[in-house]
Amino acid sequence: MAQKTIAGHSVNLTDEGYLEDHTQWNSEIAKEIAREEGIELTDKHFQVLEFLRKKFEEGTELTIRKVGKSGIADIKELYRLFPGGPLKKSSRIAGIPKPTSCV
Amino acid sequence: MKKIVILGAGTGGTIMANKLRKALDKGEAEITIVDRDKTHYYQPGLLFIPFGIYNRDDVIKPKADFIPPGVKLVFKSIEKIEPSENRVLLEGGQVLNYDYLIIATGTNIDIDETPGMNGELWGKRIFDFYTIEGATALREFFRDWEGGNMVVNVAEYPIKCPVAPLEFTFLADSYFTEAGIRDKVNISYVTPLSGAFTKPKASKMLGELLVEKNINVIPEFSLESVDNEKRVIRSYDEREVPFDVLTIIPTNKGSALVEKSGMGDDLNFIPTDKYTLRSKNYENIFVLGDASDIPTSKAGSVVHFASDVVFDNLMSLMEGRPMKAKFDGHSNCYIETGFGKGSIIDFNYDTEPLPGTFPLPGIGPFGLLQNTKMNHYGKVLFRWLYWHIILKDKELPIESQMTMAGKKL
Repeated sequence: MAQKTIAGHSVNLTDEGYLEDHTQWNSEIAKEIAREEGIELTDKHFQVLEFLRKKFEEGTELTIRKVGKSGIADIKELYRLFPGGPLKKSSRIAGIPKPTSCV
Repeated sequence: MKKIVILGAGTGGTIMANKLRKALDKGEAEITIVDRDKTHYYQPGLLFIPFGIYNRDDVIKPKADFIPPGVKLVFKSIEKIEPSENRVLLEGGQVLNYDYLIIATGTNIDIDETPGMNGELWGKRIFDFYTIEGATALREFFRDWEGGNMVVNVAEYPIKCPVAPLEFTFLADSYFTEAGIRDKVNISYVTPLSGAFTKPKASKMLGELLVEKNINVIPEFSLESVDNEKRVIRSYDEREVPFDVLTIIPTNKGSALVEKSGMGDDLNFIPTDKYTLRSKNYENIFVLGDASDIPTSKAGSVVHFASDVVFDNLMSLMEGRPMKAKFDGHSNCYIETGFGKGSIIDFNYDTEPLPGTFPLPGIGPFGLLQNTKMNHYGKVLFRWLYWHIILKDKELPIESQMTMAGKKL
């Protein structure tokens, strides 16, 4: 765990760079983390992020399949929006924990 | 007189039928078990069929042989569960009312989930080994094959027996070496994971074995489609891997019955409390094994360990006591690594596979996360244990709760 200032806000991060507390998140932080990942956020990105945060707050385990069926973007588009690991990257940018690995 | 209905006479259902009949007098409970198939498959054995180590007769026995007297065995298709009515509808209009229901309907592959998988090459150059048909078709193919690109691909997780695709790959390396054509066979292991396996320490050990055996690992590959014409598999981020023979682990789903009954998630797995193993939505329904959505491996060992918990909690529920048994997610997997050797991993919800000895601390005879001949013998002997001890719920010197004794952090 490490404390870091992102977009002027002090936040706690896990070793892998995920927010420890999802309530510390805001859109400025999202943009900053996205830039680190080489992604410039659009409205479409934010729709996905909002969906992820909503599902997380409801306690739903997220899978790429579930996000692909959200009606916001199909799996192919998710790969275009968040290249090289859509669920892991979008979760990080959305300020929610890293998706649990499958078993 | 209470009515208990068990759906599915596979590993889980059969163990439960034996446990319950032993514990309950015939005057206390009427136990019924339903399955549409009469054949019990020893599923860990399917892996060996493509390489001619086992044949069909080595992995099948009649289901009826394992259901104890005093349990009503019904061979019929299940149409639907009506959980709010406490009843199950069978084909031909038969209705089974229950006080308690145990769902053990497992998981199956769905080859229609990925575009192109069920195309013209299915059964000719594209195979699965999770069904007897797939495993025997592969056997025929490998017999005459002279080499080329062999691709092993997991379409998506979760899958039944997550180590099986790796074992298949190791055994293929061994098989083609012994056939004298390994230099003509290019083996690729293509996975949506970031490494060989789902858990860090095991992933490292298995990843090193893959490298040692000259197997290409292509990670982070999420399968979008199979192109029969170009003979490539394609990922969502538009990478392609060419194949001459493709062994695929298609998307796994729970029974279609679960979907029809409106009881599953998007893959037809049933929301289940991971500790009590009771359905999250219905108080008199337990879910045993692969049919549930609990976050541990879909594997026979898990079913075996979980059956103790389902049994204890069902007994408590029937007697009006609080349910105290708590499942820890315990999983124990033999991993065939080829050339007569094997490895073992033992883990649960909270503890990843660690090195050490099993089942006796410091003694073994099996070595956890090690590659030994003894581990392979364990797997060979296991088939006998399965038919004679496990299905009939006889005593085994292994606890259902995972233990840290014998493990090294």
